[in-house]
Amino acid sequence: MTTTGVGAASAVEVDDSPRAIHSPRSRPDTLFRGLLFCCAALVVVLIAAIMLFLAQRAWPVLRTSGLQFFTTSVWRPGNPGQYGILGDLLGTVTVALVALVVAFPISLATALAINEYVPGVARRVLIMLIDLLAAVPSLVYGLWGVVVFDNLVNGPTIWLTKYADFFPLFRPGPGKVGRSLFVCGLVVAVMVTPIITSVSREVMSQTPREQCEGALALGGTKWGMITDVIMPFARNGIIGAALLGLGRALGETMAVTLILSITGSATSHILFAGGGTVPALIVDWYSQVGPGRGLDALTLAGLTLFALTLGVNVVARMIVSRAGKMA
Amino acid sequence: MTLVTERPPGDVATADVPRRLSVITVAAVAELVIPAVAAACLVGVAFALAGLGTGAWMGFVICWSVVFVINYGVATAKRHGALVAKDRLARLWVVAGSLIALSVLAWILGYVLLNGWYAAFGHEFPSFWTHDFSKGGVLDTKARIGALHAIVGTLEQVGLATLVTTPLAVLAAVYLNEMPGKLAVPLRVVVDAMSGMPSVIAGLFIFIIWVVPRKLDGFSGLAAAMSIAIIMMPTVIRTSEEVLRLVPGTLREAALSLGAPERRMVLKVVLPTARAGLVTAVILGVARAAGETAPVLLTAGGSPRLNLNPLSGPQADLPQQVYSWYGTAGPASLHETWGGALVLILVVLTLFVLARMLGSGRSNRARNTQRRLKARLKFLTIRRSSQA
Repeated sequence: MTTTGVGAASAVEVDDSPRAIHSPRSRPDTLFRGLLFCCAALVVVLIAAIMLFLAQRAWPVLRTSGLQFFTTSVWRPGNPGQYGILGDLLGTVTVALVALVVAFPISLATALAINEYVPGVARRVLIMLIDLLAAVPSLVYGLWGVVVFDNLVNGPTIWLTKYADFFPLFRPGPGKVGRSLFVCGLVVAVMVTPIITSVSREVMSQTPREQCEGALALGGTKWGMITDVIMPFARNGIIGAALLGLGRALGETMAVTLILSITGSATSHILFAGGGTVPALIVDWYSQVGPGRGLDALTLAGLTLFALTLGVNVVARMIVSRAGKMA
Repeated sequence: MTLVTERPPGDVATADVPRRLSVITVAAVAELVIPAVAAACLVGVAFALAGLGTGAWMGFVICWSVVFVINYGVATAKRHGALVAKDRLARLWVVAGSLIALSVLAWILGYVLLNGWYAAFGHEFPSFWTHDFSKGGVLDTKARIGALHAIVGTLEQVGLATLVTTPLAVLAAVYLNEMPGKLAVPLRVVVDAMSGMPSVIAGLFIFIIWVVPRKLDGFSGLAAAMSIAIIMMPTVIRTSEEVLRLVPGTLREAALSLGAPERRMVLKVVLPTARAGLVTAVILGVARAAGETAPVLLTAGGSPRLNLNPLSGPQADLPQQVYSWYGTAGPASLHETWGGALVLILVVLTLFVLARMLGSGRSNRARNTQRRLKARLKFLTIRRSSQA
């Protein structure tokens, strides 16, 4: 007994010095890490190369056209040609804003319906259907918009210009009724509804349930619970959701290209044919401008749009993630 | 005991009956219907007096909604007070909003199904799937035309893009989540930036660097696949990373403490656990890419002939072909347009359903993880799919 005890004590003495807790990495592990690093590096380099290439192509146009590129609406391809995208930029923003104004109340209502109003099975079905809405390709929305929806909106548009022309936006315009920025906005609204719905639903569902139940137990109405408990909690997330929808609406291409009869000039008559958007400009002109400065100008237009969506998305993500952290 | 004696004797029976929380009473229905009818009468008379006629039905609906909401609000407020009125109006808004969203969905899907049926499953049924469109311009009613070339093109282009993207994206996601190094921050930044990129820019990029230098002979399935890959990459990386994050850290620690080297831990524990989720991530990327029109429009070139070789020569695919069917031939090829759109929707929806099923599939190894994955993936399905 004693002898073993003494032996153990001496063994402890030998092992007592501190040792590194990291063992050296084996060669296969190092190789594995190297492989992962290479993949990551490849992705970063590829994407960075795309950005740099686009920027390099766009730079000469920016240098020669300068601010005129953003402040005029003349698009006359050639060498040097005249390039201005003011009308298209304004059109892009108009479509996105119309979409947001229409989609936001509908999305919020749908999100609330899913979270608070609809029970059990119906709720799952509703979630599935909204997912379905997100899965439909944008081309199909565009086709539906131009074939079905545009005709439908024409009647009311005429009605509005006849009886509501006291409101500046509804004044009769120069072009024909329909194929307008407004119709594009409505169709894009359908497309951004699922994203705003799902993000705001996710944020609202993080509200502590006991607080909601507390509000109801104190005798509050459901609406009282929504305004006084859920909204203060989820406000940031909902704003972020709306901005994410805005970012999506800004970049939408096909629906607008199909529906709008594009003129590219700035217009305030959003109910009438005319106007343009940046993605539609690219799709319309890519094969016609020839391989010189025209393409560079299109690249610059694309990058401008990208900068716009990037800005909106970054702000939206910051707001959403802050809302998540609060939970 | 005291309680019972204090209660008025007649009230005992009613007080103990459990109260139903939601009841549809005649009064409640009447409070909804009467303002609606009243509003209809009011607006109808006003329209008749102003001579607006029946053509202004949309105007009627708009005015009716406004008057109805006011009627309903005022009536409920008079009877039950402002609080209840606000609650009821809010409920009205919620119901109307979600009904609008759902009816638009039903409308679009129904329209595509009705109009696409003729080509895809009706009169042109077998030939639409087995013939290309090379006889499309021929004025011969017996000529067989179809969308085979476009279906093949879509499958090849998306397949190529998936082959390139999947390993790269999944390994990059493993790098981000399992052993992040110096590149983690820049990688996350560029991926975040790219995932918000309008898809037309990817098409424009490939058009400039690949198609134009080849004197416009560069239109090919390969070019389209490259532009699709640019769209897919960030989507797949971000979704995969979120899936990997759901693998419990305890599994990793268990593997490491049993003496497994890092690579085994990743290859034998982390990836198998997250397998279903990773497959879902890839399929979501594929579904998103398959429906993209703008990038392939600028790069595939399009051809009415069946071109089996994606590496050379212009190739059609579904979105591009549908777009050109609509754009060029007008009403004559509307059947093909909607048929193609229907096939496109079917392809995308099949992929989504597949992603959902795999995402919710269970394995014995980590049932708990799978359950959490499932909940998360439902959210991701929709969020990823809606990102441009």
